[in-house]
Amino acid sequence: MTFPVATAPAFTAAPAPVLERESAFVVEVDGFSGPLDLLLHLIREQRLEISDIPVARIADQFLAVIDQLQLNQAADYLEMASRLLRLKIQMLLPRPGTEEGWEDPRAELVRRLLEYQQIKEVALWMGRAAERRGLMHPRGYLPPPPDLPPEPPTLDLLELLMAVDRVVAGILHPVLHSVVARPLDVEGATLRIETLLQNRTELTWAEALGPTPTITDVLSTLLALLELARRGLLRVAQPHPFTPLVIRREATRSAD
Amino acid sequence: MKPLAQLIEAALFAADRPLTLEELEALDPEVSLAEVRAAVEQLRDHYDLDGHGVEVVELGGGWQVVTRAALAEALERARVVQRSSRLTAAMLETLAVIAYRQPVGRAEVEEIRGVQSSGVLRSLQERSLIEVVGRSDAMGRPLLYGTTPLFLELLGLSDLSGLPRTEEFSIALQPPAVEAPPDDDAAAYVEAES
Repeated sequence: MTFPVATAPAFTAAPAPVLERESAFVVEVDGFSGPLDLLLHLIREQRLEISDIPVARIADQFLAVIDQLQLNQAADYLEMASRLLRLKIQMLLPRPGTEEGWEDPRAELVRRLLEYQQIKEVALWMGRAAERRGLMHPRGYLPPPPDLPPEPPTLDLLELLMAVDRVVAGILHPVLHSVVARPLDVEGATLRIETLLQNRTELTWAEALGPTPTITDVLSTLLALLELARRGLLRVAQPHPFTPLVIRREATRSAD
Repeated sequence: MKPLAQLIEAALFAADRPLTLEELEALDPEVSLAEVRAAVEQLRDHYDLDGHGVEVVELGGGWQVVTRAALAEALERARVVQRSSRLTAAMLETLAVIAYRQPVGRAEVEEIRGVQSSGVLRSLQERSLIEVVGRSDAMGRPLLYGTTPLFLELLGLSDLSGLPRTEEFSIALQPPAVEAPPDDDAAAYVEAES
């Protein structure tokens, strides 16, 4: 059995309307825009009846072509190839005695081919319409581009402070206060707690704070406690809600 | 030419896009839509009868002054104008499916074309030939696409009814020698489906 198709010139002669390379991945080889396109090409070239496709022959030819055109990496073509092989097998199965009960396994493929064929014709028509339209040129007027946003200003700190001064000078009754840095003393608090815990196993939150604590002392002590607890040197507990915190030395790791 | 036709001529000349009759009507508060239509047609006939190098055409739902197609070659050769880049076969096929099936999702486009089409859909969207018109109720609420006015303008149509009716297309795959149409199960199945 010889296959009349699968010679390269026949396929390179197929219409190749690929005029624009797209950035997206598009499988469009030698003018075929998909497996249905290739299938239609085979059918048309051999003047076959679309509703009575000789599946076995077409399937072999299809495989030969995708092999020749190296389309086997394209999943869409492979899917069609497997579909054709399946049909080929189905056509080989014995049919029931009466023709009535037999449903042509090719029917779905035929429907898709006819549908696709119609789409191809519409696409062809559209291509011609666009071509005709492309011959009519409107005026080459282009609106001027919109103004670009201004460049961000470049300032140094001094200029910025002078600008602030000018703004502040314009306010009638400025409410100003100076910000005083109150650095936390976490190391000092840590040292204090560690010293206290050297002689005792347990102390209260108030004891850890020391006499007349300021807000920075409270914050420093809290951070120191959390840090020491994280390191496993002590355990912070609250026996009941709203009762004072109890700080206990962690017996097992106190040697750290 | 009537003053209204002159006004419309000026508007079509200055505009960078096709103008609708409604937009042209706004040129003169005194006139009706019917008068505007008559004036546009008068202007078109004037260009045609006097043999001008430009013509007034209806495109994409509006009116526009364009150069005559017969002059395109000379204009392009002299690089006065540049031909717009053509569409690939994949783009045209995809546009055809969308034009007739809209609103339509990617899955249906791919089912009909038999190839994955996300790239070509994106390209068409970038060119503003199709747009997302909604979401399907199907699983995953996929996007639905439709054609844009620019698509009509590209084909030189004023609306979608200018597309050929699918009945007008032959199913051109039967060998021309065979007279009797096939009468087997497959053909019957196809008819029932369509």
